[in-house]
Amino acid sequence: MTMVSTPAWGDAQVSALDDDEVRRIRNDFPVLDQEINGKPLVYLDSGATSQNPRSVLEAEQEFYEQRNSAVHRGAHHLAVEATDSFEDARATVARFVGVQDDELIWTANATAGLNLLAYSFSNASVGRSGAEAGRFALKPSDEVLVTEMEHHANLIPWQELCRRTGATLKYIPIDDAGALRLEEASRLVTARTRILAFTHTSNVLGNINPVAVLVRMAREVGALVVLDACQSAPHLPLDFKALDVDFAVFSGHKMLGPTGIGAVYGRSELLNAMPPFLTGGSMITTVTMEQAQYLPAPQRFEAGTQPISQAVALAAAVNYLSETGMQRVALREAELGQRLVTGLSAIDGVRVLGPGPGEERTGLAAFDVAGVHAHDVGQYLDNLGIAVRVGHHCAQPLHRRLGLTASTRASTYLYTTSGEVDLLVGAVAGIRPYFGVAAPGAKS
Amino acid sequence: MSGLDSLYQQLILEHSKTRSGGDLAEQPATPTGTAGTGQSHQLNPICGDEITLRLRVGAAGDGQSVTEIHWNGDGCAISMASASILSEMAPGMSPASLRRTIDHFRELMRSRGKLEADEELLQDAAALAGVAKYPARVKCAMLAWVAAEDALRQAEAGQEVSRIP
Ligand SMILES: Cc1ncc(COP(=O)(O)O)c(C=O)c1O
Repeated sequence: MTMVSTPAWGDAQVSALDDDEVRRIRNDFPVLDQEINGKPLVYLDSGATSQNPRSVLEAEQEFYEQRNSAVHRGAHHLAVEATDSFEDARATVARFVGVQDDELIWTANATAGLNLLAYSFSNASVGRSGAEAGRFALKPSDEVLVTEMEHHANLIPWQELCRRTGATLKYIPIDDAGALRLEEASRLVTARTRILAFTHTSNVLGNINPVAVLVRMAREVGALVVLDACQSAPHLPLDFKALDVDFAVFSGHKMLGPTGIGAVYGRSELLNAMPPFLTGGSMITTVTMEQAQYLPAPQRFEAGTQPISQAVALAAAVNYLSETGMQRVALREAELGQRLVTGLSAIDGVRVLGPGPGEERTGLAAFDVAGVHAHDVGQYLDNLGIAVRVGHHCAQPLHRRLGLTASTRASTYLYTTSGEVDLLVGAVAGIRPYFGVAAPGAKS
Repeated sequence: MSGLDSLYQQLILEHSKTRSGGDLAEQPATPTGTAGTGQSHQLNPICGDEITLRLRVGAAGDGQSVTEIHWNGDGCAISMASASILSEMAPGMSPASLRRTIDHFRELMRSRGKLEADEELLQDAAALAGVAKYPARVKCAMLAWVAAEDALRQAEAGQEVSRIP
């Protein structure tokens, strides 16, 4: 077992998962055992969506076979069991990210979670929920601050919120290496800043943003902090309380869970002062023909029938991750990330976006192959059974800033072998020759 | 030929580099609405492939034919090669035969590899037939052709307008 230098969240006693353990882990993932174009599947697209271990698939099936029912409604036996499973799942996932049960709201995915926040603030801005929601209300002199590296999911809901309220959207720029320009951030965070929304780790750059520094800036001016934890919840040990953010979102399908489920964390006192977004059944106390009273969080934000079996399956996913050990997963992926960036950046004409070799990086790397469009790169790799993501990865402004329209991204997870990373690197080395694009410095 | 080689045939790789007709930026601007000229911008939002294509229709013998075609674009080898091949084929074609060619090309692309290319009609574009087996790439191959179809429609509409006294 290799010991790697201890990142901020690391514990010196914990070692990275090793190749033997990863091989055992792979046996739990049926989808990985297949051939594509006559080659073993090399799945390097977990940043887009991860695969599911058998325990997750079984949890969902077991729920449907044994206790499928509506939750929080009806007094029959199955309804009680389904409600227990649903709420146990909430407790499990809440514990996984270090928060109380009633601070975790189920959503369809992270995008839905960010929209929930933006629309709740929007409703507060037109006076819904009265004075107690005043701190979420935006007016034309207010500002919302995001970063230049955001996924569209953490950008467009804020653009729209600003349109509706007249507030101004600003962004913290990045430098050429992709790091947030913190001196600009401290200039941009002012008394006008009401919301600071940023990603924990970029889905393109693979960097880890300095949450503590940004939270401190926001606290000084009383701004609310929204953390996009989509790419961190699956890959790093997380404690939203310790990070001291006000809100956070993540998606189940990126962390071994099923599609159709995600969550919003919000500090309890904030959630209970916020107006609801979606309204209807399951989120009310008293309803008359004229108006309704709302339940406290989390039910206040869970109108309608919820993704129940998905919540149960997501709990099985986080149990799988906890049993494996998130620090060990994170250490392993840090190693794979280094292997990626070191191998890829050594290839002529290949430029890896974000942190360079030896710098902190998660287990993903997006790169540009000079003279070959990302789509063609992806096609070449697919022919070898290697699945990567190509395109702008829902981060057009970031790509534009880096002078690109598209890139190719390889992203790992706890089931990725070092051999798979090496296969990718070897394959990428063959791309420019295949497409007849001479490497710089080589004869053309 | 391996799957990949049938997709990226030598002819396609060459066209993706030479980019015939890919000189719109160097052309003098034609005021929009000029009779016989149409211009179309097409974007594939999935991958960001982009093309702006301008085409001119003029009198040729008794009828009409495409006299010029220029484009400017950014995209993958398939989309760039497809634009280049189209630009070499289109000049001299009557609007009706260009339209027929576009229709066949579209049908071929959507066939998932079940249709044979009409090589007489498609000429070099028949080399793109392999794309049909890769549904995710069909949009790339179609980009320039959709732009040409739209530009042709505009060019003809402009002529009709200009004929009205
Ligand atoms: C950083 C980041 N934020 C938000 C999202 C959106 O997640 P979802 O599509 O599951 O809502 C993603 C996933 O692509 C992401 O990587």
